[in-house]
Amino acid sequence: MAASPPQKINVSLDVNGETRNVAIRPADTLLFILREYLGLTGAKPGCLNGDCGACSVMVDHTVYKSCIMLAVEAVGSKVTTIEGLKDSPIQHAFIENFAFQCGYCTPGFIMNCHALLKNHPQPTYEVIKEWLSSNICRCTCYEEIQEAVMSVIEKRE
Amino acid sequence: MHIIGKGITRKDSLEKVTGHAKYTADFEIKGMLHARTVISPFGHALIKQLDLTEAQRIPGVRAIVTGDHLPLTGEELRDRPPIAVDRVRFNGEVVAIVVADTPYLAMRGVEAIKVQYEQLPVVNSPSEALKPDAPLLHPNMGQYEKIQGVYPEPGTNIATRTKIRKGDRTKGWAESEVVVEEKFAFRTSDHAAMETRCSIAQIHPGGTIEITSSSQAPFMIKKLIGQYFGIQPGTIKVNTPLVGGAYGGKASVQLEILAYLATRAVGGRIVKMMNTREEDMLTSPGHIGLEAQVKLGCTKEGTLKVAELLYLWDGGAYSDKSIDLSRAGAVDCTGPYNIENIWCDSLCMYTNHPYAAPFRGFSHSEVHFAFERTMDVLAKKLNMDPLELRYKNAILPGHTTPTQFRLNASTVGNVPKCIEKLKELMNWQEGQVTNLGQHKVRAKGIACTWKTSTIDPNASSGVILTYNPDGSINLISGVVEIGTGTKTVLAQILAEQLKMDIKDIHVQMHVDTVNTPEHWKTVASRGVYMAGRAVLAAAEDVISQLKSLASFILRAPIEDVEVGYGKVFLRGEPSKSIPIKDIAYGYTFPNGNSIGGQIIGRGHYMMPGITYLDKETGAGKPGPEWEVAAQGVEIELDTREYRYRILRAVTVVDVGKVLNEKTLTGQVKGAMSMGLSFAARETFYFDSLGTILNPQLRTYRPIRFGEHPKYEVAFVETPHVEAPFGARGAGEHGLLGMPAALGNSLSAALSAEVNYLPLIPELLWKIKGGER
Ligand code: FES
Ligand code: FES
Repeated sequence: MAASPPQKINVSLDVNGETRNVAIRPADTLLFILREYLGLTGAKPGCLNGDCGACSVMVDHTVYKSCIMLAVEAVGSKVTTIEGLKDSPIQHAFIENFAFQCGYCTPGFIMNCHALLKNHPQPTYEVIKEWLSSNICRCTCYEEIQEAVMSVIEKRE
Repeated sequence: MHIIGKGITRKDSLEKVTGHAKYTADFEIKGMLHARTVISPFGHALIKQLDLTEAQRIPGVRAIVTGDHLPLTGEELRDRPPIAVDRVRFNGEVVAIVVADTPYLAMRGVEAIKVQYEQLPVVNSPSEALKPDAPLLHPNMGQYEKIQGVYPEPGTNIATRTKIRKGDRTKGWAESEVVVEEKFAFRTSDHAAMETRCSIAQIHPGGTIEITSSSQAPFMIKKLIGQYFGIQPGTIKVNTPLVGGAYGGKASVQLEILAYLATRAVGGRIVKMMNTREEDMLTSPGHIGLEAQVKLGCTKEGTLKVAELLYLWDGGAYSDKSIDLSRAGAVDCTGPYNIENIWCDSLCMYTNHPYAAPFRGFSHSEVHFAFERTMDVLAKKLNMDPLELRYKNAILPGHTTPTQFRLNASTVGNVPKCIEKLKELMNWQEGQVTNLGQHKVRAKGIACTWKTSTIDPNASSGVILTYNPDGSINLISGVVEIGTGTKTVLAQILAEQLKMDIKDIHVQMHVDTVNTPEHWKTVASRGVYMAGRAVLAAAEDVISQLKSLASFILRAPIEDVEVGYGKVFLRGEPSKSIPIKDIAYGYTFPNGNSIGGQIIGRGHYMMPGITYLDKETGAGKPGPEWEVAAQGVEIELDTREYRYRILRAVTVVDVGKVLNEKTLTGQVKGAMSMGLSFAARETFYFDSLGTILNPQLRTYRPIRFGEHPKYEVAFVETPHVEAPFGARGAGEHGLLGMPAALGNSLSAALSAEVNYLPLIPELLWKIKGGER
């Protein structure tokens, strides 16, 4: 195996409304860049395989698993991480409904719920289930997470 | 009581919903090195050759660590080389560590290492391990160092045997008119905490070893690394930030040892080791497996007379915590019943599987699955209602446990009351099985549980309280916040005791073994009991300091002053008072003279009267009290496809006293879900080489959103008098009866005995003769 030093490229990412310039390897995932280069450790590594959703962030208007998205793919898009959410209704609802225990899955779940509520202001249970079943909470606050989502919907009405 | 029992918002809430909560892997500093491991792809093999040359040539690879010249490790029996030498005993065992500038380069190093293996015959189950001609996994067992209470049997694969000999089984069998015997089995599985384990280690120039780790047992890391490597514990500092789920799995000391070896190999530079999901499932210890034989005898009226039990634990390749797990399985080897004659052998077996860590419930959900399933088989044979059979035999104050400890109204919860409440909640009178037509059956299953904790007799928990100038308090305890909300409950206990606002209590969430007093391990649902008692002691200490200072300033005898509501005041004349903030840092007279200083409270607690178990009979007092519960599950089964839905899961648990209703309910529900997930779908699948076929969350699939049943939780409150406000442990009990209750509901629905886990449709189909 030839041991050539990895080639880096300069890219500009729009993260939480700020422009961030970073030198990355083309193979670097968005999760890796967020955590290691940009100091945004809210998105969590859980499986690095697209199975758990702990790394979920918003890219433009939808939710992505940042462990299976390359950072270069996010160039030109608006990336929102949990650190970019300020005082959002879903964050309050998570606290009020005790929708977490260890909290490790929480940033991913909140981003997923947030995107869900943006895309589907009045989701049916089936839609909620379709979206949220992509994330795992092992402490298992699924009931409480559901209550948190419902409470945001109800308050809107 | 102004604050106990209330659903107080968790103290870690804001951090957790904003992404600011820090877990071990979130710490990253410039110049940090990264380590990755080479692991064995086979269950059992000789290492014929380990070729590092190519890996060593990769620029950026700083060191490669192999297993030569390392001490043996293991919590009770030192049988485990931290890195394999000459032979690997499980799929996932570490063969070498590569330390490099980036995770990516470390991985390239790992891929460049060439290992040649020669496969050996694999021991794929504990019953295979017990066969006289089974390959011996530890031929040198007789020479391993061990601690008290461990009884290895050299020349076999038995790492330890715990015997329970209560009463006289011959008499029990003679008195029995109805007898049943059943066999059970399930493989090892995993905790699958969402945070994979991570450790960061460095050695400071003065020699201090600093380890940051996602652990339930930072004080154990300090102790064991000190013992293994002959280092003074005082020179080891361990930090634990928030932990992203643990469930027992992070109570073992494993990755920390590797991280220490990695930093040692690079001159003490800081090294981070984070498990991939695959390593977390394979290499780090998992959930123990079991094979069981349960034989029960009773009278025609259903009075239990005797239990004869054989538990063969699948402890995996190394015994670490599985010795203790097999012991705990013996301590509560039956369900919560009064049985005078008990004979139990609980054997910790070596197999070529990943080794075991504690798993929420510490052997109890496993043993209860076997025992409580057999209770249903017995009820069927007696033609008796299974709930009735349990009610009739329920253990009560005055009875003795399998370890011959005589219970009283404080040391055991109220089993009959839990059963009564469950009966009501499950609407039991309507019948256990309802045929809905069109191949659909609804069925209910129940189980009763109990548990004490088998923790070290001298386990200690300490608390320090320091005042701030505004009269608020910092609460510092060695309990790790693993998600249970224990530290919020500790703040509630303190607020109650000092009659103060919980907002004025600042809880230190992280643990640092230099400035945090020791809490043995955050396990066994004992955080609230032990640390809570330490909080009460520290509060007393603070109160007496405040009183003595205030009595002097208020010019009144110390007996006449009271503390509360931010003040110290005279009992007979409450308007005569002094705000705590004016004396929390000492008191200054008008002319500037000052006395006292910052008030610092301290408290500690050790459980009284815990004993080791007798080697021959198992007699002793292993834990402080027995918490009890009655649980039920209702399912809907398709009798053609054998698919089923869990409709609801119910737990009635005697918690002694509800301290925080919200976090407690959450804990119980979470535990129920974990129990159902374990029972219904989780297992490692091994091939004939001992290789695990499903080490990732795509193929190892815990319950997801939308697959959860409706949970119902109810509490009974029978106080445990030694505990703060009478509260009993809470973190595990929701789990214990779930596998048995689910098995019982499916057995009822199918009219067949379902004695294996996981309860997947394929298994049900096979049991109903599908393969014929
Ligand atoms: S870490 Fe991205 S899905 Fe699990
Ligand atoms: S809160 Fe622990 S995994 Fe969801």
